[in-house]
Parts: sequence; C-alpha cells; structure tokens
Amino acid sequence: MAEYKWPPMDKRRLMGKRIARLDGPMKSSGRAKYPSDMNRSDLLFGALLTSPHAHAKVKSIDLAAAKAIEGVTAIRVISGPGTEIQWAGTEVCAVSAVTEEIARDAVKAIKVDYEVLPHLVKEENLAKVGARAKAAGEQVTGDPDKAFTDAEAKTSGDYGIPVITHCCLEPHGSVVAWGADKIDFWPSTQAVSTVGGDLAKMLELPATQVHVDCQYMGGGFGAKFPADRWGAEAARLSKESGGRPVKMFLDRATELTIAGVRPSHFAKIKVAGKKDGTITGWQSESWATGGIGGGGMAPLPYVFTNIPNRRMNHTQVSLNTGPARAWRAPNHPQASFLTCSAITDFADTIGMDPLEVFLKNVAVSARPETYTKQLTKAAELIDWKKKYTHGLKKTGTLRRGLGIGIATWGGAGHASKCKLTIHPDGTVEVEIGSQDIGTATRTCITQVAAETLGLPMSAVKVKLGDNSYPPSGPSGGSTTIGGVSSSTRKAAVNALEKLFEKVAPSLGVAPDQLEADDSRVLAKGNPSKAMSWKQACQKIGPTPISEMGENEPRTAAREGLNTQGASGIQMAEVEVDIETGVVRIVEVVAVQDCGLVVNPKTAESQVAGAMIMSVCSALMEERITDQTTGRVLNADMEFYKLAGLPDVGKLTVHMDITPEHDARGIIGLGEPCAIGGIAAIANAAANALGVRVPMVPLTPERVLAALANRRNA
Amino acid sequence: MSSSKEKSKDQQPKSAFSRRSWLQGAGVSGSVLTTGLLAEDAQAQTVANVMSGEVEITLDINGKKRSVKVEPRVTLLDALRNRLDMTGAKRVCDRGTCGACTVIVGGKVMYGCSVLAVDVVGKPIQTIEGLAPEGQLHPISKAFVNHDAQQCGYCTPGFIMATKGFLDRNPNPTAEQIDKGLSGNLCRCGTYMGMKAAVLEAAKEIKNG
Repeated sequence: MAEYKWPPMDKRRLMGKRIARLDGPMKSSGRAKYPSDMNRSDLLFGALLTSPHAHAKVKSIDLAAAKAIEGVTAIRVISGPGTEIQWAGTEVCAVSAVTEEIARDAVKAIKVDYEVLPHLVKEENLAKVGARAKAAGEQVTGDPDKAFTDAEAKTSGDYGIPVITHCCLEPHGSVVAWGADKIDFWPSTQAVSTVGGDLAKMLELPATQVHVDCQYMGGGFGAKFPADRWGAEAARLSKESGGRPVKMFLDRATELTIAGVRPSHFAKIKVAGKKDGTITGWQSESWATGGIGGGGMAPLPYVFTNIPNRRMNHTQVSLNTGPARAWRAPNHPQASFLTCSAITDFADTIGMDPLEVFLKNVAVSARPETYTKQLTKAAELIDWKKKYTHGLKKTGTLRRGLGIGIATWGGAGHASKCKLTIHPDGTVEVEIGSQDIGTATRTCITQVAAETLGLPMSAVKVKLGDNSYPPSGPSGGSTTIGGVSSSTRKAAVNALEKLFEKVAPSLGVAPDQLEADDSRVLAKGNPSKAMSWKQACQKIGPTPISEMGENEPRTAAREGLNTQGASGIQMAEVEVDIETGVVRIVEVVAVQDCGLVVNPKTAESQVAGAMIMSVCSALMEERITDQTTGRVLNADMEFYKLAGLPDVGKLTVHMDITPEHDARGIIGLGEPCAIGGIAAIANAAANALGVRVPMVPLTPERVLAALANRRNA
Repeated sequence: MSSSKEKSKDQQPKSAFSRRSWLQGAGVSGSVLTTGLLAEDAQAQTVANVMSGEVEITLDINGKKRSVKVEPRVTLLDALRNRLDMTGAKRVCDRGTCGACTVIVGGKVMYGCSVLAVDVVGKPIQTIEGLAPEGQLHPISKAFVNHDAQQCGYCTPGFIMATKGFLDRNPNPTAEQIDKGLSGNLCRCGTYMGMKAAVLEAAKEIKNG
C-alpha cells in the first residue's frame, strides 16, 4: 500500500515555500488568453435583448427590423410570447452579427410588447413586503423565555446587510463554435469538468460532444459554475450561423443585474447574559432575499452556536430581482456580521471590552482553543489592549474605533482525479480537469508534484482548464487546493512507485527502499547508490509511466492529506469623520488557519484580497433597486462601488502556520478569509461613533443618520 | 441577411455624426468629460471629421502601423480587442471607471473604452503587448509577479499600463502618491496589498536601469 501522507514540515523543499505564481508572467504581460479574449477566424458577436420590466408577460415580439440589418447572422427568441418574466434583465432575445456594433443595433431594433405586472424589488422593510414574505419556521433550543427573564443584562438591535453582486471583472460569457462533430466551448468558468455536461444537457446533446477550454478566467467568486442560458444561446446562434464561432459576454449592466447576487440578511437580535459577559440567551427574527426564490436563514447564531437558550425565526422574501448564486462563503459573511454586531452591542451595554466578551463566549463554539489563540494573536497585531477605549477617542471631528469579526468554514478537498505521466526522456506532465480562478491552482499542483518527485518546479508541466483531462471538482466552497493537491500527490506517488520498480534492479535495491530527491533516484540511507532522474527515466522503456491519483472526499480525512474546519479572526481599526460621515479604514488584521499551507505567498494574497472584498461590502457595496421602475439603479461600476487602492488602509495577514494545524492536512482558504471582515469594520465604526449604524455599507448617509438618531433619542 | 464583407471597400466617410461632433454641436464643454485629458484634446482639434459607415484607418500601435476597418463609433478598446487581436486591454466597465482597458496614447494614460479609434489616428499608442518583447517581462510586470499583485489577473494589464504612465511622471513615488496615482483602476480579487509593494519595487528597478 502506497504511502501518500505529506512529507514532514521540515523536509519540504517546495510545499510551504513562498513561490511566485507560475502564470504570473502570462497575466502581467497581457499574453494570457481569457475566454473573452478568444478571437477565432470568422468570429461572430452575440448580444442579448433583456427585459426592462421586473415582472411582465411577453405579448409579442417583432423581429422584422432587426432581421433586415446587414451583417446579422441569426436571431433567437429566448422568452417568447406568453412568457412571464420575473426580474428585470431576463433574457428575451439573442442576436449574432459580424460585428459587436451591428449585434447591438439589431438588439435595439427588436420590438417587444409587454404586459407589465406588479413587482416588488425591495425587502429592507419587512412590513412592506406583504404576501411576498414566507415564514421559514422557528428553531428553539433550551428555554429562551426564561433566559431573558432571568438575564442580568439584555440588548436588542436591528442589523442589515444588503444584496451585493459578484461583479466579476470578466463578465459571464463564452465563445462557442458548433462544429460538425463537436462543440468547442470557451467559457469563463469555475467548473471546467462539469460545465461541458451542463451545456450538453441544455442543448440535448451527448456530453461527449462538448469540448471545454478555459486556461484563464477573470473572476467568479461563486457565480460561474453553470453553462448558463446565454452560453446555450450562443451555441444555438453559432449553429444557426453555419457553425461560425460566436462570442457572447454580458455587458456590465446585465452582468450586475442577472449574473448572481449574495442574498441580503436583516435581523432583529436580542441577546441575554450575565454582567461578567457570559451570553445565556439569543433570539433572532431574520429575513432575507436572494431574488424570486427568497433567501434562506444564515447560520445564526454564528460560531457561538451553543448559546444554551435560543430561538430563531426566519422569513424568506421573494423579490422580482436577479437570482442569487453562491457568493464566496455563502451566508457566512452575513451571519458573522449579524452575530458579531449583536455580541459587540451586548458588550457595550454591560460596559465590557468586546474582546473579553468574545474570549469568554468562544467556549460555546466548536473550536474554543483555536479561537482563543487567534483572538489573542489578532489583538496583539492590532495592538488592541493599548488602543481600545470604551468611550470615544477624539481628534477634532475624527473618531477612531476597533472591532472584531469571526469566521468558520469547512473546506475539505473536493473529488479530484489527476493523471501524472513520466516520460522516458525525464519530462513530467500533470493533467487535471481543474481550473485556476486566481487561487494559484497551477502553482500549487506544480509544487506538490515537484516536491513528491524530488524535482525542481520547472521540470513539471501542469495542464488544466480542459475537460478532456481527468475530472476534478468545481472551484467552490474552498475545496480546490485540498482536492487537487491530494489527487496530484497520489498520482505522483503512484507514478514514482512504477519508476522505482524499473530502476531497482540497476541499483540493486528493493523498489520500496528507493526515494527521489534533488533530481535523483537513490537508495534510502545510502546516497552512493543513486542515479540521476534522467538516467532513471531511461529505464522506463518506450512507453511512458502514467498513473492516476484520486481524492475521494469520504476517505480523504483518513489518509490525512486534506480535512476540514478552518477558523479565522479579523480585527479592524477605522476612523470616522462625524461631520462628513466618511469611514476610513486604518488597518485590518487577519489571523487565519487553513491547515497545511501549500504556498504562503499566494495564500496571503488570497486572504488580503478577501479582506479588501470585506472593505467593499462594509463601506460601499450595495445593489440598489428602484421600486418604481423595478430596475437596478447602479448596474455600472461608477455607482456600484468597489474599493480602490486608497480605500483599503493597512492590511496585516497572519497565516496561522503551526505544526498542529499542519498535521491536519490541507484545508480550503478562499471562503474563511472572506467572512469576518465586514463585522470587524462595522463593529469598529460602532466603537468609534458610540452608536450602532444598523446597516452596512456604512455610507456617509447612514453614519450621519445614526448620529442624528442618537441626538434625537 | 448578408455579411458586411460585401460592403464597398473604398467606402468614403459620409455625413452623419460622431460622438465628438455631437459633443461639440451640443455645446457640451470639456469640463463635462471627467478625465480632462480627453477634453483638452477635443478642444485642441478645431474641426472634427464627420463620418459614418466603416472606414479604414491606420493606427500607430507599439511602433507599428496597423490598418483596421472600423465604424466611427468603435472605441479604441474594441478596435484593439475585436479587430486587431490585441486583447491585453480588457473590457470591464466599458465607461471609464475601472481602468482595465488602460493604454497610453501620445504619452497620456487613457481609458481605451472612452476614446474612439478614429480619434487616435496619428498618435502613438502603447499597449501592454508593446511593453516588453515576447518572452521578456517589463520591470513593472516582473514586480507584479514577485509581489503577487494579481489573482485572476483580469485587471492586471490595465494596472500595469497605469503604473507605467504613473511612473513615467513620478519616478520616485511615495506610498501615498501610488494610492492616488493608481486610483483610476479597480481590482475585484483585491490584489492591492502586493500592488503597493510592486509599484515601489518597479520604480526602484526602472531607476537603477
């Protein structure tokens, strides 16, 4: 039985080292070809006509004027007469033409007659949603009524976090060519091994007919798993245009309107406890929307899951807005924001430092020791004890404050198969149907393969982004690095065993007494019996060694290669101007574990990036809908705000790399670091202002309104 | 439905209006254009060519003359991406907010999505593809790799061109100047931490030659 477990920490040459991402030069020279960069000969451009109404019935569609435009090759009706449209931006027709400009002209020339129906696109005020509210049940544990009656201290607060979008910089879309015997599909995707089957299903074709190629992709964050209606329509346009390839990517307004959102979450939360900070009771009445399907309850209370007495009620609100998709750590950022806000407000009410209250109550979490250590470390990094004041820290009109956010995530490796081939000339290639969505997947796979084979990084060629390679799971839920590293490790160990069998007779050593190191194959404990990697590979014979490795989630934890359960703490220091209401980030600190860290350099990038996303969500990001027209008002990047370089303050990332965490194997990182930052920033603002701003993003308007409410109270 | 290929090859510009002639005709002053750079150019040119239909123009890109057929409404960005297969500049917001399409025209940093291809005829255009010969990396690109100032990488070429333009004007920037100088570009993955360090390193590298 092969031994797959990771080499000991102190023996690793490449894993755990700060290695620059391998596709960095391609990206930073502009030579990386993303799906939206694919220009094929005879390329056509697709464009969509979308519904301006949030709720309407299509009465009639007149294509005559569009058909008459020179250069138009095909027009398809997606939502024909009689179709009931449930959100603005719904695809109604698709056009292909020889230039993008002509395709857009044709879209404008299509006349659609709608019967406009009543819509609802706002949920902030639950009292106003009427029949669109659907109670999702009550959960009760212990005796919350008694806990609140007996409590030494109680708080009650209202908190809200709005719908935000993914705002992938490369919009959703693909280039697709309907050939005689196969469909070539270049989608911007997070799911190389599954998106082809998805397209085939929509087109009612065998999955074997779709070839997927996606070497680079410009951001997904959970929104780019399916082939999507626009992918299928691009394929049909290609077919109707004689198989010419069609490039169809959403324009920015459509991207921000229909290509996925993170559900909102609002809650009235009551906390009961003792004056020493121990929380004894929790009651929450929450509501959420993720579009027409409503929005499920975030995991409340978050992390502090075992508060002894708790009652949770949730209401789903169905809106006529573009539907939700997974958004980096689905439901966790919202849950962390709601929970950590309520706990911080409880700490304020009893006059305790929230850090002490968090430390006191992690006892009711799943990982008290880890959180205690991480809270202590983060506090040290941000200098909490010296800086924290319960009252207001003033400099003129500026107020500073500190806040905490907490995170938990699973992150076990997904199912993944990998093929590793050692050629007789000594070259090595890895084939895996995975994708690099910015995670440094290519780099990590190369590190694992090269580490295992005792070779330099440059000796291993990694091929991914193609569904003809062995299937690997989609990049979602922080499952990729654990999955692909484990399958690669196993494929490399399996291939190495075969190589040792070929080499053993020449060295006069049993195969299981050989090891690979420093580009050599040598006898364990007897380096005089050795040959170079190249010489060893000459013993392979004419047929390359090619072995599979598989990560099987059910058995992975037992093998020790990857497991689940990441914890993280983020703390923020902000400065608020009480005259303008502007919140400025001074510093955000993250302490994050994710088990064995394959590449600390790219891992830190990922954490810092998630902290910046939290800054966006805490200070500026919000999809704003208009109840009168039913449309998204800020479906552009001027008014759908993202943070720029000057907005993010100082970022301090501490990867919790310890022998104890390392021994757990690889755990996913993408989600856990994208959870706690919003709560940390919102709590820091509350600390700075001495008043809770109930809803993020903390826009000047909301900050000033909260201050005014306090004055009026 | 027929292809535009059947159009007359020597089609002459016809009377119609371009985005600029509309701006001038409507009496919109340069100050409405947010960047100021475009506005100066618009005012400096006394007569706008009024044209419509596809016209063949020659662009001076990375020191090479490139002929391309465009309608007057085609942006420089779309001419590069859709017609010249120069896809380093990306189309993200398509309205002058995010900087993913940043190019340098006549020494000025510009958003390729906010300038018409027909308006940059005769001006030297520099794109990411011209920053270093194939197989080599410009010091800015190298610094972005060293400091992992990229994740998905879609914003990266725009940031690198913005950095080029910024460092050309500010060879010894402070961290604060970098923040301001690159605030016309946006990244969604959040690569600013590495970026700040990368720009400082690139400045040093370029200075030391």
